[in-house]
Amino acid sequence: MDIVVCVKRVPFTQEVDLEVAKSGKSVVTDSLAHVINDWDGYAVEEAILLKERLGGVVIAVTVGSEDDEEVLRRALAMGADRAIRIDPGESSLDGSVVAKAIAAAIKGFSFDLVLTGVQADDDNQAVVGIMLAEILGLSHAAVVRGIEPKDGELKVRIELEGGIDEIRMVNLPALLTIQSGINEPRYVSVMGIRKAAKKEITVTGIKDLGLSDADLSPATEIEEVYLPPETGGAEMLSGDPSKLAQAVIEIMRRKGVAL
Amino acid sequence: MGDILVFVEHRSGSIREVSLQILSKADELARGLSGRLTAVVLAAKADFLSSDFSGRADRVIVLEDERLSDFDFTGTAAVISKIIKDERPSLVLMGHTPWGMDLGPALSVRTGLPLATDCVGVSLDGKKIKALRQLYGGKLFARVSFKDDSRGCLLTVRPGSFPIDASPGRQGDLVRIDVPKDLSASSSRFVEYVDTGAGEIDITQAELLVSIGRGVGEKERIEEIRELAGLMGGVLSCSRPVVDRGWLPKYHQVGTSGKSVKPKVYLALGISGAFQHIAGIAGAGTVIAVNKDKKAPIFRVADYGVVEDLFAFSDALKEELGK
Ligand SMILES: Cc1cc2nc3c(=O)[nH]c(=O)nc-3n(C[C@H](O)[C@H](O)[C@H](O)COP(=O)(O)OP(=O)(O)OC[C@H]3O[C@@H](n4cnc5c(N)ncnc54)[C@H](O)[C@@H]3O)c2cc1C
Ligand SMILES: Nc1ncnc2c1ncn2[C@@H]1O[C@H](COP(=O)(O)O)[C@@H](O)[C@H]1O
Repeated sequence: MDIVVCVKRVPFTQEVDLEVAKSGKSVVTDSLAHVINDWDGYAVEEAILLKERLGGVVIAVTVGSEDDEEVLRRALAMGADRAIRIDPGESSLDGSVVAKAIAAAIKGFSFDLVLTGVQADDDNQAVVGIMLAEILGLSHAAVVRGIEPKDGELKVRIELEGGIDEIRMVNLPALLTIQSGINEPRYVSVMGIRKAAKKEITVTGIKDLGLSDADLSPATEIEEVYLPPETGGAEMLSGDPSKLAQAVIEIMRRKGVAL
Repeated sequence: MGDILVFVEHRSGSIREVSLQILSKADELARGLSGRLTAVVLAAKADFLSSDFSGRADRVIVLEDERLSDFDFTGTAAVISKIIKDERPSLVLMGHTPWGMDLGPALSVRTGLPLATDCVGVSLDGKKIKALRQLYGGKLFARVSFKDDSRGCLLTVRPGSFPIDASPGRQGDLVRIDVPKDLSASSSRFVEYVDTGAGEIDITQAELLVSIGRGVGEKERIEEIRELAGLMGGVLSCSRPVVDRGWLPKYHQVGTSGKSVKPKVYLALGISGAFQHIAGIAGAGTVIAVNKDKKAPIFRVADYGVVEDLFAFSDALKEELGK
């Protein structure tokens, strides 16, 4: 089974005070650590697991700058065979442009399956996967947490709400957006990633994919970003840990919890 | 121009709350746009529609067909994109649910309408539509506009973003539309639903939940918190990543894809406060959050907040309880 897997590098924002950029339309991310989008780690692992069972080739794709090749090397270290980076240059991106670019880059390949994450940790959109499927005319399912190949079809487990899963048979070729927890992404060492640096990464400019100006123009625009207001939230307790513990015990008792 | 279409979700014979929330917001937006508000319901049999529901729109379009049951994507998407193309609404709304996450982007590609997903607010600037979204799991807000919404736009709305209007004032006509006979063959087929949530413990009945998130760091250290929960007579629950990593069984999970809980007190340790988690604790009496990031979004919804390492806090709590 030949598989394309889409990966994105995202800033890590825990315990970080985000700073709005001068433009007012984004935050400063240069100084932040970056990681592979959590969901994409599961998607790469799932692609490799399927390849290990069924044979075939895994190609990792990202739309991003040279720094973003880090996530391609991670995918290669995990077992992907090839990697493609689509360089956006100065073009501005939104979900629809990213989907069109990936579609243009992979449409000439023969593949059975495309995997993406359910959503990206930074923009939290959950659009690129299904848009890509529709552009390429693939069957698709969103929020998948189980894949079982069966007689030329895929038996997939789709996560609904409240602990209910739906089992569906999906025709190939297909695109599935992968939900966290579907597998246990393998550990790759720094050495492993360095070794994978020898595998080839093909770089294509987004303008060289034969897309029209209209295709390359984002349909949505962020007019303004802002940090959430600091007022109106929790009453913050202060003091050393034992003071805090006493305060919390006090609150619990008041709320009728028998301790 | 100015018309609004709302795609209504239902499950087990009742309209889902998210759809009622969206219709309530759409009522206000339709007034601002001086447009007509239409609700669209697809079902094998829409016998659950009440007269009360008709008050939520100017028109309720109903399509009944066996092929539209169990959320058959191919049929649903074909029917809905045809309605959008025929009706040319200015705004199309649906929930940011598993259904909307599949349908929204697909409809955007098929109809050419621009899309903003997981919106927590919608406002009008004259006749232009602005969406409010969150980035970085709620650490940042973004106001989004559409480059060209002259032909309309599509939004998926986060569940819980708007209150439900208790006394809707419209008078919707029920309009039945026939489903085309030649619906294209489906590219997937429904097999069954499986309930994954049942297990040894029922966290929905607990009076005190001690809940851990990814901040717990490693599986081995969960025992320390289990011990704490035991000391307090509480039950251990968790956020999704804890289950994803196989650290606790699924029946401990709180949130949209886990359980909705209603304890007197919910003590959240090392949980950031993503909406999928918060949705599960709407019924909690008091929420106390412990997180070492003072900007963690959970502090915006908790009643009490503690900025501290969760293990230092847990140790102190054990010590105080032992006194
Ligand atoms: C379709 C879908 C369904 C989902 N369903 C659910 C669901 O049902 N339930 C759910 O929970 N999530 C769900 N999620 C995932 C959700 O989006 C978040 O990814 C998840 O809730 C994050 O869990 P977390 O807060 O434990 O982890 P993180 O977001 O990683 O947060 C960990 C927090 O711990 C803090 N921390 C770290 N170390 C310490 C320490 N030593 N002491 C104190 N604090 C510390 C950090 O500051 C951080 O705030 C779903 C996502 C999708 C896309
Ligand atoms: N720039 C990108 N490059 C490659 N894949 C991407 C990119 N952006 C999004 N994706 C894929 O699409 C999924 C959903 O992202 P999003 O729609 O942005 O929330 C991610 O998990 C990735 O698999």
